[in-house]
Amino acid sequence: MPYYRLKDLIKAIRACKTAADERAVIQKESATIRTSFKEENNDARHANVAKLLYIHMLGYPAHFGQIECLKLVASNRFADKRLGYLGIMLLLDENQEVLTLVTNSLKNDMNHSNMYIVGLALCTLGNISSPEMARDLCAEVEKLLGSTNTYIRKKAALCAMRIIRKVPDLQENFFSRAKSLLNDRNHGVLLTGTTFITELCHQNSEALETFRKAVPLLVRHMKSLVTAGYSPEHDVTGVTDPFLQVKILRLLRILGKGDSEASEAMNDILAQVATNTESAKNVGNSILYETVQTIMEIQSEPGLRVLAINILGKFLTNRDNNIRYVALTTLNKTVSIDANPVQRHRNIILDCLRDGDISIRRRALELAFALINESNVRVLTRELLAFLEVADNEFKQGMTTKICLAADRFAPNKRWHIDTVLRVLKLAGNYVREEILSNFIRLIVLTTDLNAYTVQKLYAALKTDISQESLTLAGVWVIGEYGDILLKGGSFEEEEIVREVTESDVVDLMESILAGPYANQVTRGFVLTALMKLTARFTNSVVIQRIQANLERFSTSIEVEIQQRAVEYNNLFKVESIRPAILERMPAPEVKDETNTNRPTDDVAVGNSETGTLLDLAGLSNSGKAVETKNTVDILEDIFGNVATAVPTTSSKKDDIMSLFDIPNNTTTTATSNKATTVLGAKPANPLDSYTAYDENGFKITLDPSKDASSPNVLNIMVTFHNVAVGSQIQNLLFQAAVHKTQKLQMQTPSSTNIAPGSTATQLIRVANPQKTNVRLKLRIVYQTSPDTKIDEITEFSGFPQEVW
Amino acid sequence: MIRFILVQNRQGKTRLSKWYVPYEDEEKIKLKGEVHRLVAPRDQKHQSNFVEFRNYKIVYRRYAGLFFCVCVDANDNELAYLEAIHFFVEVLDAFFGNVCELDLVFNFYKVYSILDEVFLAGEIEETSKNIVLTRLDHLDKLD
Repeated sequence: MPYYRLKDLIKAIRACKTAADERAVIQKESATIRTSFKEENNDARHANVAKLLYIHMLGYPAHFGQIECLKLVASNRFADKRLGYLGIMLLLDENQEVLTLVTNSLKNDMNHSNMYIVGLALCTLGNISSPEMARDLCAEVEKLLGSTNTYIRKKAALCAMRIIRKVPDLQENFFSRAKSLLNDRNHGVLLTGTTFITELCHQNSEALETFRKAVPLLVRHMKSLVTAGYSPEHDVTGVTDPFLQVKILRLLRILGKGDSEASEAMNDILAQVATNTESAKNVGNSILYETVQTIMEIQSEPGLRVLAINILGKFLTNRDNNIRYVALTTLNKTVSIDANPVQRHRNIILDCLRDGDISIRRRALELAFALINESNVRVLTRELLAFLEVADNEFKQGMTTKICLAADRFAPNKRWHIDTVLRVLKLAGNYVREEILSNFIRLIVLTTDLNAYTVQKLYAALKTDISQESLTLAGVWVIGEYGDILLKGGSFEEEEIVREVTESDVVDLMESILAGPYANQVTRGFVLTALMKLTARFTNSVVIQRIQANLERFSTSIEVEIQQRAVEYNNLFKVESIRPAILERMPAPEVKDETNTNRPTDDVAVGNSETGTLLDLAGLSNSGKAVETKNTVDILEDIFGNVATAVPTTSSKKDDIMSLFDIPNNTTTTATSNKATTVLGAKPANPLDSYTAYDENGFKITLDPSKDASSPNVLNIMVTFHNVAVGSQIQNLLFQAAVHKTQKLQMQTPSSTNIAPGSTATQLIRVANPQKTNVRLKLRIVYQTSPDTKIDEITEFSGFPQEVW
Repeated sequence: MIRFILVQNRQGKTRLSKWYVPYEDEEKIKLKGEVHRLVAPRDQKHQSNFVEFRNYKIVYRRYAGLFFCVCVDANDNELAYLEAIHFFVEVLDAFFGNVCELDLVFNFYKVYSILDEVFLAGEIEETSKNIVLTRLDHLDKLD
């Protein structure tokens, strides 16, 4: 049975006990409505569309009512029009063809004498206008912007905004009308007008220039809002029209951005709003929040910026989660511009790590990492490690990565660095990425003087806990590598008691790992290799036999990888002559394979640390891969000369590489005494002359470019390091270079890393320059003049004349 | 800018949905479900009223059994939208006189016209309760 009134239908649907009942009722009713539509029953149309819209809201199909809505709109009765437009807004959107049929009705209604009908048309246009509609009705809206009726002006302003959002070309039609909107005395018109102009300025730089002249006017509006006494019309808990204030502040932000004059003009009012706005309620805080954002984006005075950061600091102590949330979000945005004022609120930010709301914790965490620098790395890392212990598991992997990267970048010394990573492994060893682990191992290998300390620490750690996978892996590897040092014991400063470790203790530990519940194929593989290496480090034949027995046991393992290792190692015992040589200590692990086909020696230790440190600096652990890709291209180039096709495919990766080189400049400015001295020196007549790239403290570096004989696109640069008057030997010289991303760079091993006074060393670098662009080198020079004075400088060189490249 | 406004009850039944950007019907249904699942289980006391949602933010406020959610751009002022929701609810309250969920169900078409007097084209349009109520009064007399 059909329900005649909307109310009855709603009641019937509400009375349904099950979803199936509801569906049945609605299907039946839909069918009746459909029939009624077909019969062109004009009297029932209004009620039917109303019912249909309710059905639509419940999520049932109702598109067959679209045309009926158009018919309602064409009616002369206001009630019909109203429902018709409502139906159009609900059942149609800008992407539907039927909408074009509405344009004409809208046009007629916009010219209607009844302001409410005009209002309905504007409302519909504003909410669902398509680009075509925007074009067709632009003139009407423009006219209505000048209406004497505030109700219509207000709506027209937002329609104009919708129109230019859909069709930016139509902006110019509104320029002249838009100006008058800002002079409007009506709050509603001012509000929507400001919104419209914000959009206009956002899109169009010409408009931006024009409306910069309106800054004093906007400031006056702001002032009257702030100083006005109680105005019941627009009061929200004691604040006059906060919505309008927020909109004006937002417009001021766009106008003041990048323009010192406009910024200057709004400084005072911003200060006034920032100091006088009541911060006890959400309303006041929404204004303060907008003010802070404006202050941070325009060219405001330093004092004002401090004020803004302090407001955020105060927000952080607020008990309302919403306020803390916006404070942290905003601080996250500003910290990248200037971290120093934010540092003062560090403790509060750290407190937020313990907040009950996970999104607040997440933001606080991001912010805490952004705040780490050389001077606070110890304190902050301690706090973050403490938090790591209790952090949600979903945070852990990100945290371990970021802590290790921060440690890489800012570690005050190696000992601290090792301790920190070790602590990370202990606390969250199951949430550590592979790169972090391999970085750690490289760190240990490169820090030879702390080997004894590290191996003992790891041994002790494994004795107490073998449940953290990464800790186990690192520990097992290091013990295998430095088993002999572990046995030697010896104390390392401090009062910690050094354990006496015997060879069988070590094997006990390894066996316990193998037998433990946490062992997996990777750990087993690590343990087997470590055990094998230990046979070359240990002397006790009983223990070695025990190891052999262990290896024997795995030669029937069902895991192919493990079985293969075990079998191979067992066979190694049969070739005693080469076994110790094979099991010698590993050279420092390579991140970047130098891949020089013509590399003279296999002298690994010197050349490879370069990329390592660069990566460390850049703090991008996964970029190792990118570097490798680059190198494969280099190989190709070595083989085929200039491989142009390789360039586009790898371009994105090279961007990464370039960004690597860009980062150290920003991050280490205070740490190292690097001077970005751009050498754009005078260009000598002879193109293949020698160029000085660096000459400081008696240390001089010259570059001798020459074309590569085999490939015209490759430039060979012989770098010569002169110890002219350093006064002592240059030690541990590390020379790094970067080129523009359209070029590729290859570095050969230097002839020596130590240079005696008065002598020189050389290193060949090759630059592939297929696009023949200027060769600009970014150089980093690190060396020591005595064990405790390390010099670290960054410079740029772009002085090659065009003939060279 | 507001992308859409949803009013849902605790069971996830939609009492009002207003879309200022076009979405396909299926997408709308998906969005309603996602927003409900995101917002309903949140802790009233210990969590903020903002949730990240795709590339946008949901600003929501709960009144008795109803969730008023607006989806806004990521750089919009959350606090102001929170206030705007409250303003809308105050208007509803004044219009219906102590509004409850059933008022919204039986007068859903009126709720839409109230909404259209407060928000237009995804932006707030009027911030004076009196003006909105007077207009609504006039509109109803015309019907």
